Amino acid sequence: MKQLAIISGKGGTGKTTLAGAFACLAKNKIMADCDVDAADLHLLLSPKILEEHDFFGMEKAFIKKDICISCGKCREICRFNAIGKTYIVDKISCEGCAFCAKICPEKAVEMKKNQAGKWFVSETKFGLLVHAKLGIAEENSGKLVSVVRGKAKELAQEKGVDLVIVDGPPGIGCPVMASLSEIDFAVVVTEPTFSGLHDAKRVISAARHFKVEVGLLVNKSDLNPEITGKMKSYAEESNISFLGEIPFDKDVINALIAGKNVVETGNSPAAGRIREIWKTVKDRIYDGDT
Amino acid sequence: MKIAVASGKGGTGKTTLSVNLALSLNRRCCLLDCDVEEPNAHIFLKPKFLREEKCNVLIPEIDFKKCVWCGKCAEVCAYNAIVIVPPSGKNEGTGFVFEHLCHSCGACEYFCPIISSKEASSATEINKEIKPRRLAKSISERGSNQCSGSAKAISEKKKEIGKIEFGRKGKVDLITGRLNVGEIRAVPLIEKVKKNISLNLDAIIDAPPGTSCPMVEAVKGADYVILVTEPTPFGLNDLVLAVEVLRKLSIPFGVVVNRYDYGDDRTLKYCARENIKVLAKIPFKRKFAEAYSKGIPLVEEFPECSRLFSDIFKRIESEMFS
Repeated sequence: MKQLAIISGKGGTGKTTLAGAFACLAKNKIMADCDVDAADLHLLLSPKILEEHDFFGMEKAFIKKDICISCGKCREICRFNAIGKTYIVDKISCEGCAFCAKICPEKAVEMKKNQAGKWFVSETKFGLLVHAKLGIAEENSGKLVSVVRGKAKELAQEKGVDLVIVDGPPGIGCPVMASLSEIDFAVVVTEPTFSGLHDAKRVISAARHFKVEVGLLVNKSDLNPEITGKMKSYAEESNISFLGEIPFDKDVINALIAGKNVVETGNSPAAGRIREIWKTVKDRIYDGDT
Repeated sequence: MKIAVASGKGGTGKTTLSVNLALSLNRRCCLLDCDVEEPNAHIFLKPKFLREEKCNVLIPEIDFKKCVWCGKCAEVCAYNAIVIVPPSGKNEGTGFVFEHLCHSCGACEYFCPIISSKEASSATEINKEIKPRRLAKSISERGSNQCSGSAKAISEKKKEIGKIEFGRKGKVDLITGRLNVGEIRAVPLIEKVKKNISLNLDAIIDAPPGTSCPMVEAVKGADYVILVTEPTPFGLNDLVLAVEVLRKLSIPFGVVVNRYDYGDDRTLKYCARENIKVLAKIPFKRKFAEAYSKGIPLVEEFPECSRLFSDIFKRIESEMFS
């Protein structure tokens, strides 16, 4: 079983559009939407939820007013400034270390379970999708990504599916790292802008730091052919496979508004390029396998 | 006034709006790039960088010569960031700190017992009876406690997770947080960048995308948040999530619809239904996208756009002070 991730560094470059298209083109696969705090892949796949599970994040401290003697020890040791002057815990700032509960001389601090989101297994028109919804202003998105990935892998093994497609989050932080563990190949989707180039370089370094092999792809490439050229040479110099370019194409947006992905709706220039790119990516994933 | 520019979805125009707002203010102001995983404001502002600061977090370090294998540190760590392997048979004891799991809460150092060197040399197995024998000093005093003469096996060392760069261009002070590649904790760095907000200057905070902890940290304490979105199903889905976050945090906000003529009308209908103020609608123009691609701020390439951005500021001011 192989795992393919789609990442970008910069947001809004086309990760989900590409993941949706790959979901349509790959024959036998399971999809995992790992952008858990702004999940969008389900909008392209009309999912029917089969399973729904609670996700519990770190426990949160709760101070029992009737027992608390206002001695101030908890406020003194809390490094997250989560305990106010009136000994009420700010749930958003509390990171669940439980230091306060351990130090409280009156045992007035209780650590309470915290439901920080939900995750789902859904049937879609292109196969199974594991996705999630992080609760409002909750943390631990990295841990939720690991839960989603774990389930996708388990389903793939159980059903004899040989590919998991991971739609990753933007950035280079905790949820991105959780999206990159055990990945066989990562597609970095970028756009020909100085910001896109700057951010792609950082996420590529991050992926390489974790020994993940990457390929680079330029979306909306005709917006600035000069920077697209720079990206090609950057890929060459850094020994990264250049997977291709996708032209700016209004059909991508039109398809999205219809709740579809661009390879489903016809033969626009972008759809043609994405099909070619998928072939290249497929070859790369199974590179060296017999 | 502190204004944060956020969005659920990435790539909707947060940095474009932040930079152009700062440039249109026409008075001294501070722009804080809190998208520390992928900071971009400097690409457009092109400031002269004057200095930089390191951003450190505290990570436990175990001195195995002093460790008595009581296992207290691993037991109190809520993040499972410490593993202690006591000696057994011929094997010497050892332990590991998984730095990426550590939240720097300080509990391990606090609960690590003070042991005399004699006790330490005779300790060979886990002794759970050992209790901490002194209260930890307050956090502000902690730094002075990190000399090698500490009687505890655990001390806290500084670990660099990123940098803060200070630059200036014209009337705009730029403060950029830049997470080191390979580091995963954005929140402590965002917190530190925001410590540089000065009370007598307007501050514009360029937030990271998403709706989880880095975004929350960036918008926390702001007087007003501008949510930038695009009128596509993805943009709308993520706008709704971001609106829920701001309502929970009780921060006033308004929406800027970027490329408003590029998608459908569901986003504007949602805003009307939810009584959300639309501060501005920016049209899609290929020439705007091209200027962006080259790292040129809109107000520099197209001075007629200045009005659009200064009007956003005026609308927020009149909303806040009315």
